[in-house]
Amino acid sequence: MPDLSPVSIARPTGTRFSRVLGIASLVGIAWLVVFGLFLSPNDATQKAGVRILYIHVPSAWLAYLAFIVTGVSSAAYLFKRTRSLTWDRIAGASAEVGVLFMGVTLVSGSLWGRISWGIFWTWDSRLTTTAFLFVTYIGYLAVRGLGGTHQQRARRSAIIALLATLEVPLVHFSVKWWRPLHQQESVAEGKLDGLMLFTLFVGIIAFTLLYVWLVLHRQRVLAMEDALDDQGLDVALAERRAEGAQV
Amino acid sequence: MSTWRIARLIAAKDLRIELRSRVVTNQVLPFAALVMVMFAFALDNDNVLTRVAPGLVWLATMFSMLVLVQRSFAVESADGALDALQVAGVRPGGIFLGKSMALAAQLAVLEVVLLLAAIVLYQAEVAWSGAVLLVTTFLAATTGLAFVGTLYGGLAAGAKGRETLLPLLMLPVVAPVLIGATRATEAAFGTNGASSSEGWPWIGLLVLFAALFGTGGTLAFGSLIDE
Amino acid sequence: MEPVVQLSGVVAVLGGFPVLAGADLTVARGEILLLRGPNGAGKTSLLRLCAGLLPVERGTAIVLGHDIAADRTAARHRVGLLGHSNGLYADLSVADNVAFWGATVGATRDEVAASLDRMGLSGRLAKVPVARLSAGQRRRTALACLVARRAELWLLDEPHAGLDAAGRDDLDATLREAAAAGATVMVASHELERAGALAHRVVDIVGGQVRE
Repeated sequence: MPDLSPVSIARPTGTRFSRVLGIASLVGIAWLVVFGLFLSPNDATQKAGVRILYIHVPSAWLAYLAFIVTGVSSAAYLFKRTRSLTWDRIAGASAEVGVLFMGVTLVSGSLWGRISWGIFWTWDSRLTTTAFLFVTYIGYLAVRGLGGTHQQRARRSAIIALLATLEVPLVHFSVKWWRPLHQQESVAEGKLDGLMLFTLFVGIIAFTLLYVWLVLHRQRVLAMEDALDDQGLDVALAERRAEGAQV
Repeated sequence: MSTWRIARLIAAKDLRIELRSRVVTNQVLPFAALVMVMFAFALDNDNVLTRVAPGLVWLATMFSMLVLVQRSFAVESADGALDALQVAGVRPGGIFLGKSMALAAQLAVLEVVLLLAAIVLYQAEVAWSGAVLLVTTFLAATTGLAFVGTLYGGLAAGAKGRETLLPLLMLPVVAPVLIGATRATEAAFGTNGASSSEGWPWIGLLVLFAALFGTGGTLAFGSLIDE
Repeated sequence: MEPVVQLSGVVAVLGGFPVLAGADLTVARGEILLLRGPNGAGKTSLLRLCAGLLPVERGTAIVLGHDIAADRTAARHRVGLLGHSNGLYADLSVADNVAFWGATVGATRDEVAASLDRMGLSGRLAKVPVARLSAGQRRRTALACLVARRAELWLLDEPHAGLDAAGRDDLDATLREAAAAGATVMVASHELERAGALAHRVVDIVGGQVRE
């Protein structure tokens, strides 16, 4: 496990690497804006509505990536030989970012659906699974806030995350069988021209960089919070002992 | 003491508490029947009710189950019994299985009442050819629901004062059971011309679900109830 | 002989607050130890830590030969705790409660009956649901459950509270018998005269630490 956390609370969460990463993701997003809003052409049927996809697809990819990272880090925490609170913090940071991008996915997706299908929502298996994940990980974040020691928090939330991850296929298949005849009219795959595909590609790269940057920083902030708790304990311990000395 | 003996001991204890207190019989069952009547008010049309009867049975089951789970753990945390069980060195896997068994028994009674309510109030018809499928569906779904209920109920009870978390955590998780059990029940009822052979693939899903949460709960319950 | 409880530099945290701030304590087998100290000094936390309910944050803690800092569940099955709450099921009768807690350690019917008898709960009272009992009677029932558990280490938090004179006598006699039979007893109490007469040794708990 690489040490991802600068230990000192006095130090900011940025490092040279994360600064480069931050600048790279900013540049990527600027590119995405230029390509997505100006350079790429309108779609034949969806007109400018197709541009929503440049946000929607990358954020959906990110959301799923984030939950995979949460699942894997949780498993890594539960596995004795790799047990480390760093895994727990990565899982938590990734889930927070994931919930955020899942929200973006759902909103941008229903806007796009309204333009291309005329409806905000359809009970398609992909959509429904996404909504399920969104609610489940809101619950996961609530479980993380339940308190207890760092280890207790880590164990409890790792178990919940792992169960949620294992349940995703069950949800996906149950919805798929439930509505076998849904309109398979999702992303106009193949109908996108070269520039559109390139823009989508730019979006995915930019968002992925942003995700890594966000998780890296958030993870460090979580590490600092934990370190602050521990440091606070030393102060509180001294006070508690002094309480004994007075008597 | 073996996990299995502990499980039987805990299940017997829970059922005895119900026998003495009659909370489920006198409060939860009437509540569930009331929900079925409220559905009828909201969907004021006989045809609709017959068509959606299987879904409403399972929906009412899940809402009533929230109350059952809360009751199941209120009994443990009211006077610190959950702590005492842990100090007594009782295997958490045994607690999990025992409480799941008791919850499953209570759910089964609840489901029979709801099924009868659907037949009486919504004119749902059960064909004899679908009876085997129906019973299997109820067994598989009840087992899965009992495991999930105990797992998340224990988590919410372990974190004292956070019982309000239960619906948020539990309802999304039981979504596959709602879908699977509803479709299988529709097949058993022959709702919308469904044939009973369409129901069996759903049983596979329900069994998989029960296996996942049964295994997960038995292994992980100790960490979840630890305050 | 190896001590039953061996704490050294134990720190325990509850909600970010160090309830135990470096506690050192050694308790020998068969000893009755009285813990005294002001409210909030850490008596309850010390007992809960020995019972494996409160995690050891720092320091070493050996209970009945098990390292509970590494695995706090290790010693649990040999420990009995009577905390502030009684751990009783209100809807069940006195006898059912004692039988249930006895059964968790495989106690026989006779042993359960003996435990009820020991705390003066046999006869008509045994069939009464706990919900209908007075506070003192509930405490007696909880003690009977503890007796039925046949623990090697007894941890009691304010056991005298709520008991009448006869109940206190029963309690003291029970603890003496248990200690004579080789069990180790740790009692946190404000009833200094009574508990002091019972105890072989007294320690003060102050500011999350132990003073001999």
